[in-house]
Amino acid sequence: MLRGQPATLLLGLTMIGVWLVTAALAPWLAPADPAAIALDAMEQRPSMEHLLGTDNYGRDMLSRVLHGGRHVLAIAPAATLLGLLLGSVVGIAAAYAGGWMDELIMRLLDAIMAFPVVVLALLALTALGPSTLNVILVIGLVFAPLIARTARAAALVEARREYVQAARLRGESVGYILLREILPNIRGPLAVEGTIRLGYAVFTSATLGFLGLGIQPPAPDWGVMVSENRSLLIHAPWTVLAPAAAIAFVVIAFSLVADGLRERDEA
Amino acid sequence: MLLVTLAVASLLIFLITAVLPGNVGRIILGPFASEAAVESLNRELGMEQPVPVRYLSWMGGVLRGDWGQSHTLDTAVLPLALERLGRSLLLAAYALLLLVPPALLAAVIAGRRPDSMFDRTVSVIGLSLGAMPEFVTGVLLIMVFGVLLGWLPVQALPPEGAGLLESLRYLLMPALSLALLLFAYLFRMARAGMIQELGTAYTRTAVLKGLPRGAVIRRHVLRNALLPTVTVIGAQVGWLVGGLVVVETLFRYPGIGSLVHAAAVDKDIPLLAGCALLITLVYTLANLFADLLYAALNPRVRHAWGRD
Repeated sequence: MLRGQPATLLLGLTMIGVWLVTAALAPWLAPADPAAIALDAMEQRPSMEHLLGTDNYGRDMLSRVLHGGRHVLAIAPAATLLGLLLGSVVGIAAAYAGGWMDELIMRLLDAIMAFPVVVLALLALTALGPSTLNVILVIGLVFAPLIARTARAAALVEARREYVQAARLRGESVGYILLREILPNIRGPLAVEGTIRLGYAVFTSATLGFLGLGIQPPAPDWGVMVSENRSLLIHAPWTVLAPAAAIAFVVIAFSLVADGLRERDEA
Repeated sequence: MLLVTLAVASLLIFLITAVLPGNVGRIILGPFASEAAVESLNRELGMEQPVPVRYLSWMGGVLRGDWGQSHTLDTAVLPLALERLGRSLLLAAYALLLLVPPALLAAVIAGRRPDSMFDRTVSVIGLSLGAMPEFVTGVLLIMVFGVLLGWLPVQALPPEGAGLLESLRYLLMPALSLALLLFAYLFRMARAGMIQELGTAYTRTAVLKGLPRGAVIRRHVLRNALLPTVTVIGAQVGWLVGGLVVVETLFRYPGIGSLVHAAAVDKDIPLLAGCALLITLVYTLANLFADLLYAALNPRVRHAWGRD
């Protein structure tokens, strides 16, 4: 099964696997409590005792980075799933309805997409207040229009097929046609879109954490850690580099997988 | 079309900032403020009026040039936002300058020999850099060029009275973090365009009639291959704006991005709504400009317009 797959895909999947395992086992792998403050061990360089050093509260960076992987693991798939759910329903419905309904829905989505993602998330999280649930909601809602476009493009082709007409003629409800007839036939493009969005969800949740709008400190979130420690960059760079490298590791893994999937489809 | 987008966008901004939170006065003053203070602030902000009336009065103000008052900075929103926007546009223009020529050049070289060593290397490095959030690339740049090598200042805002060259030196790292984010995408699109055009019949004709390779690429291929990238650059302005919020915050650069971030953190609703509206306006105009530029550069579209 692995034979003949693009190398980028395999490498990306391996990296994601490493992340999933370390995040899942973080409570057992981490050498220390990620929140344990040790004022006698502040800003220590990486050593045998603290492999990635400690931050300005003496907290073990390795433990914090390992635990930080769990946050992203909770947020990214949930947000992507929400986006896929909303986006594919809206996109398929627009393609199936056609005419002015289609036009109206797509124009509305264009207007929502006219906002840069970060600005839209800033607005929404200010109104809703920062929490893990709200971060999931906001990322999912922001992604929905993008996914809707992909779903619509794929569904436009399917909606004209005979099997859809047959379903309509035998009197199936609109909901049945959209979800049971069209949706299963556009799974492929939606799966690729979902993988790309997963990568962006990691990216966006890290960015929101960095901007102070996602999970609040002292929680061990990668984006929050970079933001908290950036004033230490000059004399304790490991406190910033460790979480930054963790973010880079995961987003690069997803981009490799997305790239590998595209390569496989082209071949 | 432009006006429709802006109208929907303004309604959306209004709904999110002024209606969604429920009690705006409570959001601004926080959970510990007294009920009386919250009520009096709500009255001051006109919150007791019905929602459509509030929207129309906000939009009326926006059209007249009165964008409301920022209550944390105690100044009018519009002049402040415009001043900050100017600085952001400078940064964005600098980033585009660092981005577009190298990306197109690399795409032309890579597109001539797809899957060559050069093509693969640029693709992988570009993708990896483009996948990382701007603040991660920014932090790495600061680490390498600011701390280890000490070549560049780690702050973005040049000291008072600095010359143009000096200012550009201060802005180099923020602009570079933005440019690196978009490099992979632009490179990919331009490279795909090159490969496609190199395979067409007219290119083969040009080669077969004996034109040197360089002339074929310059005179025939480039024009068609690079045209779609104009639209791509226009569409990437949205990413650029999002990047500005992050990069300006990281480098403490007083542009519109750090202003909208500060407004969000301080829950300064009028300032937040104003900045979001201004950003949307600029973004929409940038897309319109890209479309017009595309039409001006493409004789097929240009002449189709003339006939209408």
